[in-house]
Amino acid sequence: MPGGFFDPGVERTTAAAGDLTDELLQQPYWTEQMLIKAGIPIVEVPFVTVGGGMGSFAVVDYLRIAGVPTNKIKVLTAIEKPWTTYQHLTTVSQVPPGERLRSDSASCIDNIWGFPSFALREAAAAKGIIKKLDPLWNVFSEPVLTNYFTPRAGQVFAGQANEANRIDWFSMVALGQVRMVRKRHGGGYFTILTPPLGTSETKRVAYKSRWVHIAIGYPGLRFLPDLQEYRTRTQDYVHVVNAYEPHEHVYEELLRMPGTVIVRGGGIAASRILQRLIDDRDYRGAKTQIVHLFRTYIDGPTGDSIFWRRPGGDGWSYQGFNWPKAGWGGQIKVKLEHLEGEERKKYFDSMAGTTTPKRKLWMKQLARGRKEGWYKTYTGAVEEVVQGPGNTVTTRIKTKDGVLEIPANFIIDSTGLEADIREHRVLADLLDFGGAEKNVLGKLSVTRKFEIVGTRNENGRMYAVGSATLGSYYSVVDSFLGVQCAGLAVADDLADQGFCKKIGVGRSISQWWKWTLNRKV
Amino acid sequence: MTPTYGGRVQTRFFTLLVIGGLWTLIIAPFLPGGGSLGQRYQATFTVLALVFLIGIPWDGIWYFLQQFRWEKDWPIMYQLLTGIPEGIVVWLVLKTRNVPGHPIITGAAFDIHFTTVWILTWLFAIGPMRVPFLRWRFRGGRII
Repeated sequence: MPGGFFDPGVERTTAAAGDLTDELLQQPYWTEQMLIKAGIPIVEVPFVTVGGGMGSFAVVDYLRIAGVPTNKIKVLTAIEKPWTTYQHLTTVSQVPPGERLRSDSASCIDNIWGFPSFALREAAAAKGIIKKLDPLWNVFSEPVLTNYFTPRAGQVFAGQANEANRIDWFSMVALGQVRMVRKRHGGGYFTILTPPLGTSETKRVAYKSRWVHIAIGYPGLRFLPDLQEYRTRTQDYVHVVNAYEPHEHVYEELLRMPGTVIVRGGGIAASRILQRLIDDRDYRGAKTQIVHLFRTYIDGPTGDSIFWRRPGGDGWSYQGFNWPKAGWGGQIKVKLEHLEGEERKKYFDSMAGTTTPKRKLWMKQLARGRKEGWYKTYTGAVEEVVQGPGNTVTTRIKTKDGVLEIPANFIIDSTGLEADIREHRVLADLLDFGGAEKNVLGKLSVTRKFEIVGTRNENGRMYAVGSATLGSYYSVVDSFLGVQCAGLAVADDLADQGFCKKIGVGRSISQWWKWTLNRKV
Repeated sequence: MTPTYGGRVQTRFFTLLVIGGLWTLIIAPFLPGGGSLGQRYQATFTVLALVFLIGIPWDGIWYFLQQFRWEKDWPIMYQLLTGIPEGIVVWLVLKTRNVPGHPIITGAAFDIHFTTVWILTWLFAIGPMRVPFLRWRFRGGRII
């Protein structure tokens, strides 16, 4: 795994000067003297963002455009580029740079205005009138006559690289693992960074800041319990894999010899993996038999009310993006902002559930597979996964017709379950020492302005964004446009506290003009 | 932008006033039909006012229909096509001759004026609107 996304706990074992002491570990409030006594150097900067991925990038982009100089921002990150983790996850889950993401045309992480959108830019760059019109027709007719337009992964990364350069992103980066954020006596916070071995004289460096922004991404990935149990028991990491870990060997092996693969899950990752398996059948001569295992089989639209009915069929629940579209800025966003406690949880539950976008290519591929007999679906609860004869794995499922045993060469877990926020130790530390609380979905509670509830310290404020905050007042926290909306809310709140100017109409237009000319902010 | 009801009305008001207004200033002298410049501006700006006022209940209808959509969004194609019924109703209202100021506008002039205004305001709202109003798309189309 790149960076500290899934292994935030990896640390050096060699003794070095300037390490955390028992006193520091036990005290929720720190002073400069405590850090000096421990030999940890202190770097002062007003604003620190922890993570360095999409969430950090979005807020820093706004702040730079609002006129904040680079020396007032520090990005503490374990990843080299803001898209490193995202690119890794999309690549292994079968979205190489040429394939399209599940993201709206105007969700431009490289452009805070979302204009020109990805579709417009794709049209401008295309050669020939037909190719130019294609993305334009797509956004015009979506989702009525065509599927939603979505940008190619490569276009997004290239755009972000350009924007990173424009805002001097890399001059604000300090590499390392963030260990914790603690409150400072007298206001503000100390963020402890463990720089890579050999890059610092001390094991830890403390960043003293008035504001801290936490954008650490997924706290961790969780396996389906039965598959986790199988892997722990058998130590077989070859035949049972997760969609979000590298598993190219599965496809390579299936090209070498015919085999059966079980895909579990009904979300976008399952769709992608099915596409890859079928593309390999169609274009590379694979003879793979595909078994698709659903926990719940959706055979048509779901929902009790005509005003609240989600399309579905063939096992899948269909939705353009990871939440209904009005969650980004429409009526669903407004509604969520007005709901508290149990009511908010109920509303989240009514929209939750695994979904995949309805795409003609995928529907055609699967229909062909069903007809030709190499794509089969089963529905039921898995009782057990055990090693079978040869190099096979047997899945025992309880269906309505009794217990069924399905042998396969490989199992791909595409359910994408997320770990508890405690799995990430920065968040665990905030819950234990920072005063942070959990929200109605058991994740990090943040206000409508994305301030972490319970962590305010005198004039200091701490913010958080991303999947770890799901269940607060915003549903789409785990998306490009979602982190941008959150970034703007944070930048506006910082402006209210005097850190930067609020981006008004005039500044917005002049800065947009600079963007179009590709001039630095 | 996925609109709320308030956002629809505010966006309608702003785009008609600024984009519709500027375009009307330019195009009114060249529209077919007779009349002095003053009469032309009176007629075309009355059309803009009617599109806004009659649009307030229309927006209620569009918002109601939006509730049948799971995504609670409003495809930009619908945003363009709703101009057809809206245009017809504005024309019928004008034909009653009960509109204050009794504006005179020929069918051809109305068609050209209304269609171009509708397309220009639509083009503005689906993209460039986000440039001056950074927060607009996160507020369901509300400007204030």
